[in-house]
Amino acid sequence: MWDYIKLAVLGAIAVFAAIAANYARDLAYMVNALTVMLAAAITFVWVLRRIDTPRPQDSNEYLDGVVRAGVIATAFWGVVGFLVGVTVAFQLAFPALNLSELAHGYLNFGKLRPLHTSAVIFAFGGNALIMSSFYVVQRTSAARLWGGNLAWFVFWGYQLVIVLAATGYILGATQSKEYAEPEWYVDWWLTIVWVAYLAVFLGTIIKRKEPHIYVANWFYLSFIVTIAMLHVVNNLAIPVSVFGSKSVQVFAGVQDAMTQWWYGHNAVGFFLTAGFLGMMYYFVPKQAERPVFSYKLSIIHFWALIFLYIWAGPHHLHYTALPEWASTLGMVFSIILWMPSWGGMINGLMTLSGAWDKIRTDPVIRMMVISIGFYGMSTFEGPMMSIKAVNSLSHYTDWTIGHVHSGALGWNGMITFGALYFLVPRLWNRGGLYSLKLVSWHFWLATIGIVLYAASMWVTGIMEGLMWREVDANGFLVNAFADTVSAKFPMYVVRGLGGVMYLTGAIIMVYNLWATVAKQSATATASAAVPAE
Amino acid sequence: MDVYSLFREFADSWALLALVLVFVGVVIWAFRPGSRKIHDDVANIPFRHEDRPAPSGSTGARGQGGAK
Repeated sequence: MWDYIKLAVLGAIAVFAAIAANYARDLAYMVNALTVMLAAAITFVWVLRRIDTPRPQDSNEYLDGVVRAGVIATAFWGVVGFLVGVTVAFQLAFPALNLSELAHGYLNFGKLRPLHTSAVIFAFGGNALIMSSFYVVQRTSAARLWGGNLAWFVFWGYQLVIVLAATGYILGATQSKEYAEPEWYVDWWLTIVWVAYLAVFLGTIIKRKEPHIYVANWFYLSFIVTIAMLHVVNNLAIPVSVFGSKSVQVFAGVQDAMTQWWYGHNAVGFFLTAGFLGMMYYFVPKQAERPVFSYKLSIIHFWALIFLYIWAGPHHLHYTALPEWASTLGMVFSIILWMPSWGGMINGLMTLSGAWDKIRTDPVIRMMVISIGFYGMSTFEGPMMSIKAVNSLSHYTDWTIGHVHSGALGWNGMITFGALYFLVPRLWNRGGLYSLKLVSWHFWLATIGIVLYAASMWVTGIMEGLMWREVDANGFLVNAFADTVSAKFPMYVVRGLGGVMYLTGAIIMVYNLWATVAKQSATATASAAVPAE
Repeated sequence: MDVYSLFREFADSWALLALVLVFVGVVIWAFRPGSRKIHDDVANIPFRHEDRPAPSGSTGARGQGGAK
């Protein structure tokens, strides 16, 4: 019966999408509508082919298929996102690479830049978070994922969000809000997917067999709930037409800016920090084979982070129309945030106390340790940059971009790589990784790549900030904007090379993970070989 | 008084106080007497059910050592 309802709904979606494509007012909307039609049609056929076939519910097995799919998606989107990143880096150094004549502006920096940020944050990072949260919540709750195949809906629904957003950017559908570029219908669809995600996660926690909710799940849950709130409030917009991608924001002026950066900074705080801390609190103890250094500290880390992060957003709007008190509030809370951030870093690093030799022998642990190191460095740099006096030099310069990347490449990227190296042998039931030597290669390529990136951006950012404010004896500005652009060229090339190294490391990782599964035979451990009773 | 000022005044007085008290309460709760034993036990949750869920019917699947 349930299958028939699904078929009816999918059929209706496909038909409405076809009608919408026909009446489309712009190209992006039409392509997105056709994509939706195709997705609904494929799902329709898939449901139809397996209708009324009995499906056994293995309630004494974990639901790992969706985690495996998530691992593949994470690796795939990671490489795509890094590749677009390297492309835009070289576009800045060599503007001819925009290929404006050839591509009619469709591949300009302005179009590819949001594609890069969304691909790495939401496609790579988002898939890593969803995939790892499904893995962790099952293991720490001792329960199978709640909701049957709802987790699969979350996975495929999220991939659809990514595809709609990406094609939309290239074809011109954007609401011009940083990290919230997708237009209204993608926002609505993401809301549905996210509610399903919350239901799966919370349902699993509710039916848990462990009396206590492990700290990693607190971080994951705070990430899911807060992102839902941020997403809905920041995307309050009224579509101009149901058949067009354009929408009008409900907020205007400084209120809109404040809402945007309340969203923007908490996307950093709850998506890229809290969620990934959930990964840290599970995978670091597992890989080190010892419990977290201090569980008390993890509780205080959690609550301090939650209470403080939400106020830090105004530091993105120093010296703007924002009221002085709001600006100061944002700065003060950003500085206080240093304490829980470093508390968490110490907790992660000290988990290795008594097992420091593993850093020498186990490249996966080394990857996790350096990610925690970068977490500590970028959470020191961030509060410092939020101080108004520092911000007056650093804001709008490449220093900000360097800061973001030391956090994103160093912390988010490295902890995700560590988790992938941890997960693949376990999920595909292999004895171990194909090559630890290749993990070491990945580690050094990525680390040196980040160092090149961050160092060149410090140099160019501070130089640019100083050039902008330089005045002569008569009070006239010394440099034109174009002077700073040409002065930055060498650093842009170095940054691009750093990106190439990081990308190369990721490609090595993909090969290593593929070989782990394809070039080794499965070990017949009791857990995977025994059929469900 | 307009709504904005009312909200503002409430936010930076009673709401602020309440949030600080909740936070202090959480910290005190984390350090309450007897919490060490519980925390040592729950810190080992990741090492208990690696391969399969706890069998249905069992509640309180505390592993080795934990007193319920």
